[in-house]
Parts: sequence; structure tokens; C-alpha cells
Amino acid sequence: MSKELIRLSDCFMKFDDDVILDHINLYINDKEFLTLLGPSGCGKTTTLRIIGGFQKPTSGDVYFDGVRINDVPPHKRKVNTVFQKYALFTHMNIFENVAFGLRVNKIPDPNNPNRMVKVPEAEIKQRVEEALALVNLAGYGKRSVNSLSGGQQQRVAIARAIVNRPQVLLLDEPLGALDLKLRKDMQIELKRIQQQVGITFIYVTHDQEEALTMSDTIVVMNEGKIQQIGTPEDIYNEPKNAFVADFIGESNIIDGIMHEDYVVGMYGRKFKCLDKGFAPGEAVDVVIRPEDIDIVPEAEGQLTGTVTEVTFKGIHYDIIVDFRGFKWLIQTTDYSPVGAKIGVKIDPDGFHIMKKSQYSGTFGDYSSYSSEYDELNEDRLEENEDEE
Amino acid sequence: MKNKWLAAPYVVWMAIFVVAPLILVVVFAFTGQDGSVTLDNFSNMGTYVPAFWHSFGLAIAATLICILIGYPLAYFLSREKLMVRKVAMMLIMLPMWMNFLLRTYAWMSILDDNGLINQFLSSIGFFNVWNAIFGTNIQFFHMINTQGAIVLGMVYNFLPFMVLPIFSVIDKIDPKVIEAAQDLGASSSMVFRKVIFPLSLPGVLSGVTMVFIPSVSTFALSRLLGGGKTLLLGDLIEMQFLGNAYNPHLGSAIALVMMVIVLVMMAIMNRFGEGEEGVAVL
Ligand SMILES: Nc1ncnc2c1ncn2[C@@H]1O[C@H](COP(=O)(O)OP(=O)(O)OP(=O)(O)O)[C@@H](O)[C@H]1O
Ligand SMILES: [Mg+2]
Repeated sequence: MSKELIRLSDCFMKFDDDVILDHINLYINDKEFLTLLGPSGCGKTTTLRIIGGFQKPTSGDVYFDGVRINDVPPHKRKVNTVFQKYALFTHMNIFENVAFGLRVNKIPDPNNPNRMVKVPEAEIKQRVEEALALVNLAGYGKRSVNSLSGGQQQRVAIARAIVNRPQVLLLDEPLGALDLKLRKDMQIELKRIQQQVGITFIYVTHDQEEALTMSDTIVVMNEGKIQQIGTPEDIYNEPKNAFVADFIGESNIIDGIMHEDYVVGMYGRKFKCLDKGFAPGEAVDVVIRPEDIDIVPEAEGQLTGTVTEVTFKGIHYDIIVDFRGFKWLIQTTDYSPVGAKIGVKIDPDGFHIMKKSQYSGTFGDYSSYSSEYDELNEDRLEENEDEE
Repeated sequence: MKNKWLAAPYVVWMAIFVVAPLILVVVFAFTGQDGSVTLDNFSNMGTYVPAFWHSFGLAIAATLICILIGYPLAYFLSREKLMVRKVAMMLIMLPMWMNFLLRTYAWMSILDDNGLINQFLSSIGFFNVWNAIFGTNIQFFHMINTQGAIVLGMVYNFLPFMVLPIFSVIDKIDPKVIEAAQDLGASSSMVFRKVIFPLSLPGVLSGVTMVFIPSVSTFALSRLLGGGKTLLLGDLIEMQFLGNAYNPHLGSAIALVMMVIVLVMMAIMNRFGEGEEGVAVL
């Protein structure tokens, strides 16, 4: 599990004068499920294309199993790709789509290792059927591409990519075009396939929930830079900066001061926390997850504020609370009406202290939350009107 | 459902200018000059069998040459930058904006025994060298008034109809599909053989149709470039309607037979094409 397979060493990428990838350093272990996560345009696809061989970094090196592969063309890399929009061969049936990788590659002749021969037809048949069975499409071989649903085409794309038994599978937002329910099913399916086949997955998504559920390792990217690399738990519980905290789930991010180890100050009050190692009096960003906040009667609260917005979300309420002009998001199953004065209590492990970064002050305030929500509602109303 | 009526002018147009003439051709083909129903027009066609052979033979040759020139042209163009493609497309289309007869007259003066090519070759002393090497004694290449010249005329006139459909089909192939093929291990030549070429076949089929049909029914080319030595179906039919051989009934019968042969050929071709990609050409 811990053998290093791929390394991007100081990869820098420019298109015209735009910096697309800013000195990416990353290694990927054998059999790992690694996810590149970030907002649109942050360079995820570009990173994937560099690994697949479709793009060369402007500077920097790519290593595969210790060998530099910058100049190895895609068809000679032991890496296969599942493309975002499937890119199936529409002029072939499902069987031939999956068989493609076997038909274009030669293997050493079993009788004479110096000679390369075509893969025997019987083996092709067997391996294609195995691959189709793996993605639950046994018996679909004769169907045409266009007769399949989006989810089924996605499975064909996966079968086609794994039939060559690559060491690494690159997946570029493979579930992006599917509806929510199907996406959840396919997430589980993909994870099963990865474990069953035992290969490395490098997975691109901008869906943080998908990344958290599927990955061994998450690489959070923004503007061509890696913001944080870690396990899903690390990334969620110990975000490195305000960008990561905000991108992975909902976060309230408040200006604070570390008075001493285990004591953080906000709103002129001191709170117990579990963080240490900051300079005394250092300005920090304090992350508090909406679900880590308890609502208590006003008199018992560590802080008191006024409820300005309540939204029913099914499992919980999203409650926006105004604390002296800074609005927090609190997720709770207890209902509090708009206008109520409430107190909040946060346990020491509810505070996550981060060093100040370029993203400080840009995320984590929910002042705009309600107006965003109104806009969404307005859109929905307009849609309804259209229908009438 | 008012929109249906928007198609009315088109339906009327079709009825008057497509269906009615077709019916007239059929009626003429099955009647004699005295107006009686007869099959004579068909049974008398035997003398014109060579014209059929020539027309179809030359048209097939022209179509094949158009594929050989047009396919690589379209393929390499599709990989060029936008600017190059635009200019090249302009150049390919440009001759089509000029009158057909004008273009053909130009070729006459180029191919003539005393034409541009021969004058140029003799001015650089080409024939002296040629004669010295091969022990011949020629002062010019005889090109005009040959079947080769007719085929050349067809190729020149109809090549754009081959290039354009092939180009537009290749141009529309998703680059991701090509990347997928490379990703799976296909070398450039294999990508072409197994992906690009099969996907471009519908374009080739429509190119073939668009070159073959005008070629097989062409007239004037044979007279202007072939010296009238090779009687082609187009000229034969023209003669029956406008020439001194005046016999519209025979002309209609010939036209009908030609049409049936072409339709059968196209149907067979489409059947082949369907295996690859079910796109109808006709
Ligand atoms: N061929 C190209 N030429 C110029 N700019 C490019 C090219 N390819 C990508 N870019 C730019 O590089 C940046 C990163 O693109 P990339 O496709 O890697 O983003 P991404 O993270 O995959 O985004 P998305 O989630 O939208 O797919 C974008 O700003 C994009 O406009
Ligand atoms: Mg992308």
C-alpha cells in the first residue's frame, strides 16, 4: 500500500501567459485511491492529462515507478483514462469498445518471448466478458453505444479502461453527468471495482462529499496550487487554511488570537481549545463547523446572538445567527424561531485553529447566505410560473 | 398544428418540379412516338450499351481519383490551424464560383497539343531530353481529346464535392475519442485505421454520391475535352432531346435505366456503409 508509484516533481504549467499549475509536488502510492479536489478551472484536468501523457508540463518532471516519463507518449504509458464524457467509439458495439485496448496491443509470444503477437481471440473474449461482468454489464456486448443510458455508458468506459489491466486508472469527473441517486450508487461501485482489481485510482472531482466518501488521500487544489494533501479526516478536521475549510463542507471562520497554548480568543472572550504551538498573541483563523455548535438558553451561552434566518433541511435546521454583525451558520435539530436571542456552547474540540493565509477574511462569513438562499428560491418560483 | 402549412410551398414545388417531371420521364419511356404503350425504347437500347460502359467506367475512375486526392486533402486540412483551414477551403471552393464551361474551356487550352503544358515543356527543352532518352521523336504530349482528359475534367469539376463532406465529418470527430484510442495503446496509424477512418466513412459515402452522380450524367465534357470521340450517356440523352437524333422517348428510357442503375449502386454502397455507421447518403 505504501510503495510510491507516480511522482510529480515541481510541475509547472503555462498556457500563453497564464499560470495553470504552480509548482505541483505530489506522489501517489500503489493501490491508493487519490482524489484531486478543487473548484472549476483549478487545474485538476491538466494535472490528470500530464499523468496520462496528453500534455507536457512547461517545466518539472513526471516519474512512474522511479522512471522519468515526460517524453513517453500516452499509448506507451501503463495508465488508462476514463474520460469525463465517456468518449466511447460510436462505430463499434459494446464488446468491441471494451476489446479495443486488447486488439491494439501486442503481447510476447508464449512460445518465443522475443516475438510479439496479437492477443488470441479466445483470451480477448474472456477478458472482455470479465470486464463487462465487473461493471455489471454482462450480456451487453452486442448492444450499440447509443442504446445505453448515461450510467451504462459510464460503466462501458470503465470496463474499456481496465481491460488492459493498467496499474493506474485516471478518472476525470466520471460521475459528473449522472443524477444524484445514480452517482451515489456508482461511487460505491467504483470503490468496489478499485478494491476488487487492486489498482491505483486517481480521481478528479469538484464534489467535496464524493471526495470525502471515496478517497484514501485527498489533494485540495485552488488556482493551480496544492492547498492541502491528507486523508479525508485530516482535511475535514484539520483544514490548513480558510480556503480548504470553506471548500470542504460548511465552516464559520472567525478572526481570533491565540493567547497561549489551548486558549483562543474571539469577540474579546477566551475559549478552551485543543490547539497549541502558536506564538503567544498570534492572530489566527478559527474554524467552527456548523454541527459542532450547541444552542443553549441565553444565560448559559459562551456567546449570545440573534437568530436571523431558519431553513428546514430535512435532517436538521440551518440557522443563521448574528453575533455582533458576523453571521454564523449553525446546524441543529432544535428549532429556534427568527428573532430569538440564543446562547451557544462550543466544546474545546469544536475549535480548529489555522495560521493566517492569503485566504483569510475571504471565506466563512454567512452574511450573504440568506440573500443567496432567496435568489435560489426566486429561481424556483420563476420556474414554477413558466410551467403554468 | 398550423405549422404544417408552412411546408405547403415546398410540397407544391416538389410536385411541380420533381415528381411531375419524373412521371413524364416514365410515361415517355414506355410510349412510342405515336403515343402507344411499348417497350421498344428499351429493346432498342442495345446499340447504346458502349455509352453505358463508358459513362459508368469514366465516372467510377473519376470518383476513385477524387477519393485518392480528396481524402488525404480533407484529413490533413482538418488537422491544420483554423486560419489555414479557412484559406484552403476558400481555394477549394473558388473554382465552383466560376462558370462550368469557362473552367472547361480553360482546360482545353491547357491540355491542347499546342497548349500551355506542351509549350512550357518544349520551352524548357523537355522533349529533346525525352527523345534522347527514349529514342522517340515527339514534339508534344497528346492529352486533349482523350478519355483521360474527360476524367481529368470530371475530377477537377467535382473534387470539391468529395473534399467538403469528408472534411466536415472528420472535423466533427471528438478529439477525446482519438485521445481515448491513444490512451488504450493505439499508435497513430492504428488510431487512423481503427477510429478516424471508420468514423469518416459516412463522409466518404456522401462524397462518392456527390461526385459519381454528376460524373455519370455529365455532358459537354466529352465533347469539349474528349473531342466527341467517346459518347457518354449525358450527351446521348441530350441528343435525343435537343440534337438531330430527336427522340425524347428513347432519351427518357435511357435516363430511366441510368437512374435505376445508379440507385441500385447507391443502395448497395449504403448497405456496406451501414455496417460502419448507419448514415444514409441518398
Ligand atoms: N489548451 C488550453 N489552452 C489554454 N488554457 C487552457 C487549456 N486547457 C486548460 N486551460 C486553462 O487551464 C485552467 C485549468 O484547466 P483545467 O481543465 O485543468 O481545470 P479543471 O480543474 O479540470 O476544471 P473543471 O472542474 O472545470 O474541469 C483553466 O483556466 C483553463 O481555462
Ligand atoms: Mg476538468
